[in-house]
Amino acid sequence: MVDVPSDATVPLSTAEVEDVELYHPRSWVTKYVFSQDAKIIAIQYSLTALAIGLVALVLSWLMRLQLGFPGLVSFIDPERYYQLITMHGMIMVIYLLTALFLGGFGNYLIPLMLGARDMVFPYVNMLSYWIYLLAVLVLVAGFFVPGGTTGAGWTLYPPQAILANTPGQPWGIIVMLVSLILFIIGFTMGGLNYVVTVLQGRTRGMTLMRMPLTIWGIFTATVMALLAFPALFVAAVMMLLDRLIGTSFFMPSIVALGEQLPYRGGSPILFQHLFWFFGHPEVYIVALPAFGIVSDLISTHARKNIFGYRMMVWALVAIGALSFVVWAHHMYVSGMHPSFGFFFATTTLIIAIPTAIKVYNWVLTLWRGDIHFTLPMLFALGFIVTFVNGGLTGLFLGNVVVDVPLSDTMFVVAHFHMVMGVAPILVIFGAIYHWYPKVTGRMLDTTLGKLHFWITFLGAYLIFFPMHYIGLMGVPRRYHEIGDMAFVPASTATLNGFITVVALIVGAAQLIFVFNLAWSLRRGQPAGGNPWRATTLEWQTPETPPAHGNWGKTLPVVYRWAYDYSVPGAAEDFLPQNQPPDPATA
Amino acid sequence: MNELSPTALRPEGTHLTGWSSVEADWSADQRAFRTASWGKAMMWIFLLSDTFIFGTFLISYMTVRMSTVVPWPNPSEVFALEIGGHHLPLILIAIMTFVLISSSGTMAMAVNFGYRRDRRKTAILMLLTALLGATFVGMQAFEWSKLIAEGVRPWGNPWGAEQFGSSFFMITGFHGTHVTIGVIFLLIIARKVWRGDFDQARRGFFTSRKGRYEIVEITGLYWHFVDLVWVFIFALFYLW
Repeated sequence: MVDVPSDATVPLSTAEVEDVELYHPRSWVTKYVFSQDAKIIAIQYSLTALAIGLVALVLSWLMRLQLGFPGLVSFIDPERYYQLITMHGMIMVIYLLTALFLGGFGNYLIPLMLGARDMVFPYVNMLSYWIYLLAVLVLVAGFFVPGGTTGAGWTLYPPQAILANTPGQPWGIIVMLVSLILFIIGFTMGGLNYVVTVLQGRTRGMTLMRMPLTIWGIFTATVMALLAFPALFVAAVMMLLDRLIGTSFFMPSIVALGEQLPYRGGSPILFQHLFWFFGHPEVYIVALPAFGIVSDLISTHARKNIFGYRMMVWALVAIGALSFVVWAHHMYVSGMHPSFGFFFATTTLIIAIPTAIKVYNWVLTLWRGDIHFTLPMLFALGFIVTFVNGGLTGLFLGNVVVDVPLSDTMFVVAHFHMVMGVAPILVIFGAIYHWYPKVTGRMLDTTLGKLHFWITFLGAYLIFFPMHYIGLMGVPRRYHEIGDMAFVPASTATLNGFITVVALIVGAAQLIFVFNLAWSLRRGQPAGGNPWRATTLEWQTPETPPAHGNWGKTLPVVYRWAYDYSVPGAAEDFLPQNQPPDPATA
Repeated sequence: MNELSPTALRPEGTHLTGWSSVEADWSADQRAFRTASWGKAMMWIFLLSDTFIFGTFLISYMTVRMSTVVPWPNPSEVFALEIGGHHLPLILIAIMTFVLISSSGTMAMAVNFGYRRDRRKTAILMLLTALLGATFVGMQAFEWSKLIAEGVRPWGNPWGAEQFGSSFFMITGFHGTHVTIGVIFLLIIARKVWRGDFDQARRGFFTSRKGRYEIVEITGLYWHFVDLVWVFIFALFYLW
């Protein structure tokens, strides 16, 4: 399928969008610190997200220590345990995954893959990063305020979140909510840029249906985020008012510790609706960029065009749309009218259809491909397997009658860690191994990378497969210590200890990756402009790493889709998107 | 993949209507909305996102209003004024709504004169819009202080459900913030228009990009949006 006109001599149309004038930095500070270049902003976003992600990793170690060997570390008392849970969840979902996929990969790849010079509004883009950094700093400040961070659980359910006996009630919850509000403001600034750049800032020949699936994934996720984050924003504002000035939006009449609190008549369920109206799309805000990136990784490293490109695009859009009407499947145990349960179970299961289309298409892309087991390919394959496994347990939990007994067990923890923890993280690693050569000009070390992959991939399974089992055995989640419970077999304690040991190893193995990032920066093999022999535009820049403005004097012109691999009759096994039609291959 | 070259996408001189024009736009080269500049597209998408924020605020307000078991104060009575011995329900709100809607009119005229490159009239009409907006915020402040004087607080009021005060201050406060931001931007841009920045293609202080008269229209989009939101707040909070 060669996407070129039969008449190769068609002259170019005049550009619809005139070439922009870039902001040219005049000092070191405006070039590298307060930079308006999307590529620098992307690196800033990525490094900040990875740094805060490492903090969350350490928090998960502490939790695992308590779960595997209760009482071993006396520092982890019940209050601290809840604080660990809360911060681990919040950081991983929002400050790491969302920020890295959209702020990191989005900023780097959107202009480059679309043949743009930069985002459409570089100044706003820069503000986006600095507000994100402020949000992260406010979040981290929670560790140092009196009373420590909030221990309300990452879902921050009221009324418990702001009651006096919850850890972090004096300051932690305030800091958390303010940080979320800042994050949303910062994200909106970036998100508007990503959307407008995709819609209005492409180079000549780049139609929407010629965009690489990476961009489709990021674009759809950003649109979703712009519509879903408002619910979290409103919920955060209202809870902040409840906590600070004593309104009763979410707070019913409560007697706590023998004392009637001043709250009256609020609706705690309202918060759950608002939170999950954001929270469920959030799952796909993280997943869709991963879907897009993995499609490109598979196609490039199997030297084969993606199977069913159009269906892949529509599946992304369909998943994005459907994810707005499934939120209450997180609330089956909160109680709801059975017909609502039926509705939300049905919509939830319908999402399996576009998702399955994507999985089949990835597998069919691999089918008879020229599969190179490069690092990005390994991580992409790891993602497909993990995502299918995590997705299948999602079918269990999407059904009301199955969800109710499983909802408060470790089964749920295992499910969402597989599907939205491990799976997107594998894609992030794969994507970093794939694009690091473009960002730095050097390859990451393959031996270290393979070591990193196998420990991470196998380790994740050793951690989360047994966790499904202990969940089915009835081990509840969010418990500091379950002690002796008649219905929980003693063997689960052994498994819990095993999981902890593996988790410590896998966590430590991430240092290999960090070391690889730092070491390869100077000592990695020089990569050249296009080490993977890929078709997309970011590999066709005149310089590597791409210079300010990306494209030298003239913007590239796109003549074909992003997946011209192994085209019969072509001289090379790939045809870059900007390669003009050649009569020999047309 | 269609066999399309960059030129084949938009044959010159063809004029499409209806769905085929939508399809042509979305399958187009370079940009999905042919006539929208980057700034205008960005403002529209921002407003879409902001619609979700206001929508969620209003839905949350309606939820707490329905779920509370305490009676809701009667807005017609709460927002009534005694003027010259007459008891007039919602009179202040009616005036505020009138002022804000009028400001949409002056804004629309400013946009029109902006495209005619009439510097003076554009700037004056923008200032007038800002003045009407500031009047609105001023009357809002009057209303707030009146309610506060009567004992309405976010955490309680003399007449019934405490969510009345909390929703009122939160929603009108959030909307008032929007109006205030709008007034500030109107003033900044009116100054630029007056100074002739857009005629001389003077560069922005932060962005170092050349300004264009289009920014008047973009500000107008925001302003009309804030007015439209007020209509919903008026209907759902005051009239319900």
